[in-house]
Amino acid sequence: MTVINATTVDQVVSALREYPQARLVQGGTDVMVEVNLNRARVHDVISLRRVNELRRWHVDEESGTLRIGAGVPYAEMERAPLCLHVPALGEAARTVGAPQIRATGSLGGNLGTCSPAGDGLPVLSALDAIVHLRSADDARDVVVHDFMLGVKQNAKRADEVIVAITVPLLVGFQGYAKVGMRNAMVISAASACLVHDADNGNVRLAFGAVAPTIVRARAAEVWLAERVSLRNSMSLDGAIAREFGQLAAKECAPIDDHRSTADYRRHAVAVLAERLLLRAAEKQGRDE
Amino acid sequence: MATTTATSRATLGTSAVRPDGLPKVQGRFAFASDVWADNMLWGATLRSPHPHARIRSIDVSGALAINGVSVVITADDVPGQLTYGLITSDQPVFARDVVRYAGEPVAAVAADHPETARRALDAIRVDYEVLSALLDAEQAIDGSFAAIHPDGNVIRNQRVIRGDQSFVGDIIVEGSYELGMQDQAFLGLEAALALPDEDGAGVELFVATQWLHEDQKQIAACLDMPLERVRITLGGVGGAFGGREDISLQVHCCLLALVTRRPIKMQYGREESFFGHIHRHPARIVMHHHADRDGTLRRVEARAVFDGGAYASTSSAVLINAVTHMQGPYRCDIATVDGYVVRTNNPPCGAMRGFGVVQACFAHESQMDKLAIACGLSPVDIRLKNAMRTGDRLITGQIVESVAPVERCIRETAALPMPAPLLDEPDALDLPGGSGLTARRSNIRRGVGWGVSIKNLMYSEGFDDYATARCRLADGVITLQFATAEVGQGFVVLAQQIARTVLGIDTVLLEPISTAIGSAGSTSASRQTWMSGGAVDGACRLVREQLFAHVGATHDVDPLRLVIEATDVVDTMGTLRVAVADAARGLVLDETFEHHHRATEELDENGQGNCHVAFAFVAHRAVVDVDPDLGLVKVVQIATAQDVGRVLNPLAALGQVEGGIAQGLGLAVMEEIVLVNGKMRNPSFTDYLLPTALDAPDVVVTMIEEPEPQAPLGAKGIGEPPCISVTPAIVAAIRDATGKALTRVPVRPQDIVFGD
Repeated sequence: MTVINATTVDQVVSALREYPQARLVQGGTDVMVEVNLNRARVHDVISLRRVNELRRWHVDEESGTLRIGAGVPYAEMERAPLCLHVPALGEAARTVGAPQIRATGSLGGNLGTCSPAGDGLPVLSALDAIVHLRSADDARDVVVHDFMLGVKQNAKRADEVIVAITVPLLVGFQGYAKVGMRNAMVISAASACLVHDADNGNVRLAFGAVAPTIVRARAAEVWLAERVSLRNSMSLDGAIAREFGQLAAKECAPIDDHRSTADYRRHAVAVLAERLLLRAAEKQGRDE
Repeated sequence: MATTTATSRATLGTSAVRPDGLPKVQGRFAFASDVWADNMLWGATLRSPHPHARIRSIDVSGALAINGVSVVITADDVPGQLTYGLITSDQPVFARDVVRYAGEPVAAVAADHPETARRALDAIRVDYEVLSALLDAEQAIDGSFAAIHPDGNVIRNQRVIRGDQSFVGDIIVEGSYELGMQDQAFLGLEAALALPDEDGAGVELFVATQWLHEDQKQIAACLDMPLERVRITLGGVGGAFGGREDISLQVHCCLLALVTRRPIKMQYGREESFFGHIHRHPARIVMHHHADRDGTLRRVEARAVFDGGAYASTSSAVLINAVTHMQGPYRCDIATVDGYVVRTNNPPCGAMRGFGVVQACFAHESQMDKLAIACGLSPVDIRLKNAMRTGDRLITGQIVESVAPVERCIRETAALPMPAPLLDEPDALDLPGGSGLTARRSNIRRGVGWGVSIKNLMYSEGFDDYATARCRLADGVITLQFATAEVGQGFVVLAQQIARTVLGIDTVLLEPISTAIGSAGSTSASRQTWMSGGAVDGACRLVREQLFAHVGATHDVDPLRLVIEATDVVDTMGTLRVAVADAARGLVLDETFEHHHRATEELDENGQGNCHVAFAFVAHRAVVDVDPDLGLVKVVQIATAQDVGRVLNPLAALGQVEGGIAQGLGLAVMEEIVLVNGKMRNPSFTDYLLPTALDAPDVVVTMIEEPEPQAPLGAKGIGEPPCISVTPAIVAAIRDATGKALTRVPVRPQDIVFGD
């Protein structure tokens, strides 16, 4: 077993070239579960812990974007100032595991594992995030929708490392809500992120844990935009919100498993979408 | 307390600090998994992936070929009895020709490293012929499935028949209830270190267990050794809750040590632990309650079916607890109860805190609420109207001689303050859904529910579960010895408190907890304060008698006039006052005492007989907030008044109450081992969910202190009652908030959203 303690991305990608089978480990919160449950035998490891450039984030005022290093821990996302830039990401970060997990888990890990229950992923989907990848040979950017391919499957090549994620800084409400089978420290049974892009006049809605990968409720988004003016202020009634939730729920494909049932998950995302949309309208009302 | 100095002494009635408390919070306490020996090997267990299969062959050659693997053992290597069991010896040390549950041990290996051992397990080839599995308890009863064990598919059937069987009440309410499989989920996983004697004819075992002498008996039988050649010392235990009463890795570990002549260490991870110990019985209970129009309970009818899983464990005792507690803490003269506990190819079930009464209580308390509605009474009034009193007769014909302050438990619970109403803009974390931010104030409805329970204390049906303790006074220091398993309940501090109180000496040392002294019985059935407490008290009193005899002779005073006041020996009829430390100088006093509870009887075929020793009672009131649209629940507050006899250590008592409530809450709303075709789907703490701090309610408590005359210290057992009626109280509160029937626990979000 070889363990490479990289300190720069350059070292990471050259190590990946040398050890193409190596596991990249950032926080280890997924890898160690696999190891402990005897589901994975890890041979070579490239540790990303000491790669400081992965743990930085910065706001680009000119382009109106936020670039978050793949190794920035949830503990940082859930607090100001970072959570002020992307409130939904802050809310999602607060639902991840226990404080110990949040101190080490990251979006890079969420994307690398690519579980449909990954708490950060619905937020990245609703924000149309860009995933930045690097290898020894090249660098490429992939839209998050093209990055997530299926249950624990993504578009990252074996020689690539996820270095950062870019999301837009938006004006308007954004929120995340997650149903689990207890009130904290729980894997999602169903989750939703709703983002209101007030400048561009759209609402974007993504669901987690109700399909093999994150679902964008695009038909419901279009349906809403056709009925409600979403530029700047948003005003809607409860019936619209309810129908929006129900339409959106039709776009997911949940399953029965030991955590919940397909019927409940479908129902839950409808309720979450309705409530998030009402919160968006409410916030708009309050801001005016 | 007689003297002012007593307040600073850690005697009975004070919140004396546990000797293991500081080491535990500082991480210095040695749990069983922390024990090491030079030159030791690591043991590991191969388990069946199938719930029911025939073993055609086992090929261990691949494992033995791995560098570092010392030995692989199977059923063929068991020198003595091939099976063990707490009540009937029906569970194989290793499956020989057939496996009866997914997770059953098939072989064990010893290797130089845990990872080597793990690889060795992967290299063992077992050829299974998969058989159809018996998974439905009713099929075990109706005989439609061939016996899956030589002992048959019905482990026990017990009726309780009393009174006029043709009686029909003015009002009848009916219900069918179901409980899922709960896990003890103790901390400090199964672990042991076995050291073989040099001559290979004996073994020393350090193990986390609940009952050292029962382990010793079963291990010795399987190893074909005399009892005294199996010496057991308790390893540090995190918790137990019934889950360590059965043999898990003990025989495997000893056997590997004897075969390899090397120390063997074994420890389960959390996942293996779910397969390595028994669970709480899933059950279905159908009940009819008959009452007069005014709500007077007249007759209970019940049919209870408990799924015991593949092996008997304590199933037969769990069943009689269920059927004999089916009336709840209420007067009732007529009973028609039929209970079954059956064998299936599900994981084995056995002891867990509440022991059969949890299941009965969920059913009878749900019924009492139905009865209240049918009679136009409140949940409190229906319970007060029927509350049992000392001297009432149970449906078994046994008279309740215990203090039975049921009415007081209910009234004092009702008198505890209700929680504040929800704020207009509450902290989202306090709402159902918690950190998931699913709800706003307007989504929430609040409900209130009640549960009251009766629980037997100690073992039943003629079993003499005595306890032994030894007290030695030398050089002004007391040393206590007992085999009482300390599993977190705090007997180690209670024993010190007893000795300080009885003998007036503050330095109380504890010998290792081991089989070097007689049995203390199991740390279960809410029995150790009563039983081992009685034994320590008895041994200390014998020493005190000798001390008084010595002081009497020295000072020419009748020893009968002497008492201990704080730390002095005092002549109650004269002026003599001498410090115990001075009086005892040069003396070595050493006494051993066995405490036995009064004899009990077996039940007859109609379930009649004085089968239980004593009873304790408790009332719970639950306040919950529910988000009905999402089916999410937050238990806001539990109020409880518990019949404890006497509080011996207020902090420890509160800990038992709060912990039991958390465990009962777990069963009410989240804790369940999910089985699909006999296989566990969630054997981890990722998916077997325990309450977190955000799920745990505020607990407001009144301890009802009416000393129990039968109990050596006046104190009843307090471990089990907190977790019993809190479950139905929480479910009743959810019903109150939602109007849903909710006949199954744990209540799942989909039950609230889609249920009737």
